[in-house]
Amino acid sequence: MRTRRLAVTLTALVTLIGLSACGGSSDPMADSSGGGSADSGNIIVGSANFPENQLLAELYAGALEAKGVSVTKQLNISSRETYLGALKDGSIDLIPEYTGNLARYYDPEADVSSTEAALASLKRVVPDGLTVLEPAPAEDKDSVVVTQATAEKYSLTSIGDLASHASQMILGGPPEWKQRIDGVPGLKRVYGLEFASFKPLDAAGALTVQALDNGQVDAANLFSTNPEIAAKGFVVLDDPKGLFGSQNIIPLINKDKATATVTETLNAVDATLDTKTLTDLVAKVVIDNQDADAVAAEYLSSKSLK
Amino acid sequence: MNLVWTWLSEPSHYLGSDGILARSWQHLGYMVLTLLIAATVAIPLGLWIGHTGRGRIVVVNAVNGMRSLPTLGLLFIAVLLMGPRIPGDLAFLAPSIFVLVVLAVPPILAGTYSGVDEVDPAARDAARGMGMTSWQVLFGVELPGALPLIFSGLRSAALQVVATATIAATVSIGGLGRFLIDGLAVRDYGQMAGGALLVGVLALLLDGAFSLVQRLSVSPGLSAPEASSRNNQDSTATITT
Amino acid sequence: MTWFTGHVDEVFGLARTHLVLSMVPLLFGLLIALPLGWMARRVPRLYGPLIAGSGLLYTIPSLALFILMPLVLGTQILDPINVIVAMTIYTIALMVRTVADGLAAVPDHVTQAATSMGIGRWRRFFTVELPLAVPVIAAGLRVAAVSNVSIVSVAAIIGVAQLGSLFTDGFNRAFVDPIVVGVIACLVLAVAVDAAILLVVRLLTPWQRGGAAA
Repeated sequence: MRTRRLAVTLTALVTLIGLSACGGSSDPMADSSGGGSADSGNIIVGSANFPENQLLAELYAGALEAKGVSVTKQLNISSRETYLGALKDGSIDLIPEYTGNLARYYDPEADVSSTEAALASLKRVVPDGLTVLEPAPAEDKDSVVVTQATAEKYSLTSIGDLASHASQMILGGPPEWKQRIDGVPGLKRVYGLEFASFKPLDAAGALTVQALDNGQVDAANLFSTNPEIAAKGFVVLDDPKGLFGSQNIIPLINKDKATATVTETLNAVDATLDTKTLTDLVAKVVIDNQDADAVAAEYLSSKSLK
Repeated sequence: MNLVWTWLSEPSHYLGSDGILARSWQHLGYMVLTLLIAATVAIPLGLWIGHTGRGRIVVVNAVNGMRSLPTLGLLFIAVLLMGPRIPGDLAFLAPSIFVLVVLAVPPILAGTYSGVDEVDPAARDAARGMGMTSWQVLFGVELPGALPLIFSGLRSAALQVVATATIAATVSIGGLGRFLIDGLAVRDYGQMAGGALLVGVLALLLDGAFSLVQRLSVSPGLSAPEASSRNNQDSTATITT
Repeated sequence: MTWFTGHVDEVFGLARTHLVLSMVPLLFGLLIALPLGWMARRVPRLYGPLIAGSGLLYTIPSLALFILMPLVLGTQILDPINVIVAMTIYTIALMVRTVADGLAAVPDHVTQAATSMGIGRWRRFFTVELPLAVPVIAAGLRVAAVSNVSIVSVAAIIGVAQLGSLFTDGFNRAFVDPIVVGVIACLVLAVAVDAAILLVVRLLTPWQRGGAAA
């Protein structure tokens, strides 16, 4: 009797554990584990927590896979402050980056006034063990955006025009903007703007769009490729003093993983990307609700990169 | 540990509209608002179920279902659907409070109806025998008898809300969660751990306040049970019935 | 629902990881809570500190725990181990008290009878006290299981993929469908896990069947 009950119990427990690992011969953790143990043949592609960056990561991953490189995806990793940590500790090997912001992350004083200057600065400050490849013509800049109504009310065309109104306005942006060199402190330093308050939202995504559209914030940080800007008729304020600098898309990669094949493949992808193309691709993900991986695959095929 | 200490010992971190004091106060405000709404829904419903015995199976199952709702997903849905229809800062506050209420209702409801259930049937019969009406039995016998468990329910709801309200910072809400989300965004471990510590301290204080109120407010005739049975009561309020 | 039909494989893959990230900690947590609960029951002086201490663990916000784990464990930032350890801590927080209460609910006369039959302390624990405490422990375990399934989804904020990734992905694009699918998938997962635990309990407590419940 006792042994039988024990046997039944054990069977039930095994079932329960089996349920935990159901339906797969593969290790369920494999696709999400960072693994410093990863062999040099496998590249873990990361991305930041906003759709455009995920799309770029999918483009890189898809192109590499097409060239027979083994790829693992680890997307949607918080902000730069976090994913650079993941790059450093080997959790990821490759991530799409932006020349100016990345350069200024490592050196707040870096000259990022033009594409060439930003790239030169970046190459100077990239830490040991990491390297950047060729930048794409496509740029995605931070920008200060207001609604059409606000722009008309205060006749705003450039960020500087906010000077006499900022003290009555609420600025919205990603939480990290509160401290970033080109965020709230940058607006104050370069344009002398002091907003009534800063409202931490999301990474210039849906929440920010909603908050600006709805009037919870009066001005907001959105990325210049955000298709919602056109969709909602928002006005992007000019940045004549170049606070946001040049922000070309560029792959940041672990040096050991940047083999000739990898370098060529990623540079080939970047070469095809201009700002308009990128914006259209992002719109497919954000406005048409297509999957980033599907949009990426379709694009790569159309450019014979896959 | 040093990072936390450095962050906590910086006086400027305490003051201002985004300081520790203001954030703690906001956090407490969200909790109180949530509990008020949740209690207004859950206590009458729980009393009704306990008193009449009706709808019990439906409610018990619904409560269990609510417990397994992932707060983060619910929050995002609420913000996307409710946000555009609400003006001003309420656009983020209302969905957040709604989600926290969903979290707080199950323990209060479960506490209330199990509290009524546990009223000695003899006491109920005696009250009826004395000619008390159904309402008089409810408010004179069942409600006072259920109070200890209602309080346990409120207490566990309050603690859950205090810990979970932090997540609402992802949708621009204030409170102590800001230190976690803002700290994460700039990888400031001191701020994150400090924020977590503050949430823990707030929960501790709250737990203490609840046990004090519980001791003072419950009818002396009912507060007699020894420690072990009280512990059982607490756990009945939190376990799935 | 058209979104779901186009993403069945993805949802199942995420659900599988979700299940592992919430259930492996449930087992670890239970295994650690058993001796702690037993100690709380055996040594009255330890009851207060153990119960209060484990209860306190539950008030640590999950997001904070996920983020701070690499600092404590020295693991990589995106390592799922961080989530597993954090969830184990939550399970322990919920289970220590339940185990202690469950053991306390075993009637004294039963343990005394066992002792008088000459059953030693260890054998008594495993063959008498623990089996009799199973119903209470299981009730707590069901709460912990359901709560784990819900909390794990928060790990999406730090980039550990599971069903919660559908929440962040949908939210980033103001696209409700994936979020709704994720919420429903979590519910289904919770129900399945709950049913599995009930089944195990039924097999572990044959004396409770046939209406002769204790």
